[in-house]
Amino acid sequence: MQDPKSGVKSQPQRLVITAIPHAVTGEDIVNWLSERLLARSVGSMLAALGYIYPLQQHKRLVIRADASLYRFQTPYFWPTQQWPVEDTDYAIYLAKRNIRKKGILELHEQEQYNHLHKWMNHKWDFIVMQAKEQYRAAKERKKPDRVVFECQERAYWVVHRPPPGTVSAMDFGLERRADPNANQVQESVSTCSLIPLSRNFSRCSLFSVVSLVKYSSTYQSHDPFLSRPLPSNPWHTDDATYWTLNSHNVETPTKQRVERWTFSFAELLSDPRGRDDFRLFLKKEFSGENLAFWESCEDLKWGTAATMKEKAEQIYKTFLARGAPRWINIDGKTMEITIKSLKHPHRYVLDAAQTHIYMLMKKDSYGRYLKSPVFKETQKKAIAPEEHKFTDSQLEQNARTRRPSLSPIVLRQLEAERRAKMAAAAPVDITQVMSKLSRKPQ
Amino acid sequence: MRSPLIPEMATQEVQLNETLAHLKSESESLKSKLEEERAKLHDVELHQVAEKVEGLGQFVMKTRRTLKGHGNKVLCMDWCKDKRRIVSSSQDGKVIVWDAFTTNKEHAVTMPCTWVMACAYAPSGCAVACGGLDNKCSVYPLSLDKNENLAAKKKSVAMHTNYLSACSFTNSDMQILTSSGDGTCALWDVESGQLLQSFHGHAADVLCLDLAPSETGNTFVSGGCDKKANVWDMRSGQCIQSFETHESDINSVRYYPSGDAFASGSDDATCRLYDLRADREVAIYSKESIIFGVSSVDFSLSGRLLFGGYNDYTINVWDVLKGTRVSILFGHENRVSTLRVSPDGTAFSTGSWDHTLRIWA
Repeated sequence: MQDPKSGVKSQPQRLVITAIPHAVTGEDIVNWLSERLLARSVGSMLAALGYIYPLQQHKRLVIRADASLYRFQTPYFWPTQQWPVEDTDYAIYLAKRNIRKKGILELHEQEQYNHLHKWMNHKWDFIVMQAKEQYRAAKERKKPDRVVFECQERAYWVVHRPPPGTVSAMDFGLERRADPNANQVQESVSTCSLIPLSRNFSRCSLFSVVSLVKYSSTYQSHDPFLSRPLPSNPWHTDDATYWTLNSHNVETPTKQRVERWTFSFAELLSDPRGRDDFRLFLKKEFSGENLAFWESCEDLKWGTAATMKEKAEQIYKTFLARGAPRWINIDGKTMEITIKSLKHPHRYVLDAAQTHIYMLMKKDSYGRYLKSPVFKETQKKAIAPEEHKFTDSQLEQNARTRRPSLSPIVLRQLEAERRAKMAAAAPVDITQVMSKLSRKPQ
Repeated sequence: MRSPLIPEMATQEVQLNETLAHLKSESESLKSKLEEERAKLHDVELHQVAEKVEGLGQFVMKTRRTLKGHGNKVLCMDWCKDKRRIVSSSQDGKVIVWDAFTTNKEHAVTMPCTWVMACAYAPSGCAVACGGLDNKCSVYPLSLDKNENLAAKKKSVAMHTNYLSACSFTNSDMQILTSSGDGTCALWDVESGQLLQSFHGHAADVLCLDLAPSETGNTFVSGGCDKKANVWDMRSGQCIQSFETHESDINSVRYYPSGDAFASGSDDATCRLYDLRADREVAIYSKESIIFGVSSVDFSLSGRLLFGGYNDYTINVWDVLKGTRVSILFGHENRVSTLRVSPDGTAFSTGSWDHTLRIWA
């Protein structure tokens, strides 16, 4: 980059009367870089690490593509030299500046200076002596060389002792424990155990890669980064209608949302509005217990450990026991395994039964749901919002009137109240009442 | 200079070294056999299959919000399921909950430790979990009362023997999955703090984890400093698949939305895509001009785009199917440390060592 012919165009910098050679403008740096590499990212890294430094706003190590001036750092001060950055050197530098500018250091530099003075008190004579020596030697140089060196040194210290409120490129985060290059014998032993012995090499690698492509194209029209969400992306227009139309328990879903339910059974179940619709359909078919069972199993799996046993018992009584009020129809073998393991319940005790019911719903009920009047009704009523067409002034207005939304805490309270109301209004389950009565002491 | 006290000890030591060396060479030969077998299958690369797929147009993505308020490096962030709130944590111990849409700060907690590298929003939106150099993961229930000190109701859930690198709630507020610098991952019951399952197998710090999307449930993937990405069965604690093609620490792993694949970002400046059913790497996202490590990756809703936050302060956007870069985004003034796409895919958020968070759309 510094080559006089093919490098960045340089010019002398005018400093009062003296002209300091070899300064370059930010614009020229960016142009030179963009012809060869990706200008901005490389440029910003070069500046942040101190290979190029700004002359005017010396505290901010960024490259601006304008006429502000920069200079290339001398290789002596490159980070790649890997000189250890000693506090002693910093102390000498600050002491030297103190002498030169007769006590005018920046506030943070003054604080550092006082701090170092306290900690390095035993070395202070040496430090002051060194500072005086360097100052004397510098005075013997020609003015342009001296100014250049002062700038270089100042840039070096901005990189390694960043002023407060700025960030440093020299930061590298926490130390990580392991050195991947270390020859760890332990590692090879654990690797042996990790290679499962009976590996079933999937010969369907083509099939699975193709399915990745299929998934992407199916969802492409639903991806807000690839197709415009309707009516508009809230982050673009500052209008939150998109979120209100798609909230959890909205009465009428959007057409896009209903379309997603047709992509897979998992999509239908994971959307609470979709699941509600499915539940309605199952109720009409008198097979609602399957979904209820599946939901109870999920509750058991992801629920708190303390109530797990109780929950498992409750599920057994409600769905699996002979004569249970919401008896589910699973094959004999699965029932046997499940009942056996319920003797020592753990959170995955109902896995086999849950998978069976899930597959039943997926392969049977789901297909019928999509052809059912319930679904067709929902599809018909689904709304297709018009795209927003805001003018610039309307967009500004939107930005000014951004409103906060209800906190999830409030929403949860409201949901709990709603459930309580529904439970109170629900018909009494006669079997529950009878069993309670039979347990009462005579 | 070692002089063995007892001659037998010396010979035992030699024997042990020989056995270990033998085991090591055996494991190496098994590994290469594995690679041979994998290569024999007529494996295709993803970009070959995607040749006929239509290319993507130009993208206009820019910063829509800048969240200022952290006094130090932002290390981690997570979205709330309501698609607009986020929680973020920083090096100085502060954890802040924002409404990113209005940029208002809603809650703030000061952790008793620094370097809070992990934070997560509970599925209900009513609590957050965070941890870092304290080797613990703590859950803070959020409150509407602005004057309430959230630290008073804090629950200490996870206990590791080294720093906490990542945490995530499972499908409910009741369980948390954590990964740590002590090389293990663990599943905890929030209410009691009980350890439900631990996952051993990484040979070095585990840096990241991600739970599989719902239907395929019960598995998660983790990435570590041993360059491995492991897929685990949450029920048994066993590692069911392992991938080792990166050349350096894996900083971030994220499942493809269908759950059949996952992407990883590493200090070796590449992102890679691993297909779980094909059991191998199917794509590499890299460029010669990119020499800085990837700190964080996430997919767009359809899985077509992969966003990567890099240590050279930029964000690279990749076409997952074709393997090409579609965009590069500037804005942050220091490393991008964390990146997550919002739950409905309308935006993605980045946190950086320049103390700010940005929302891009």
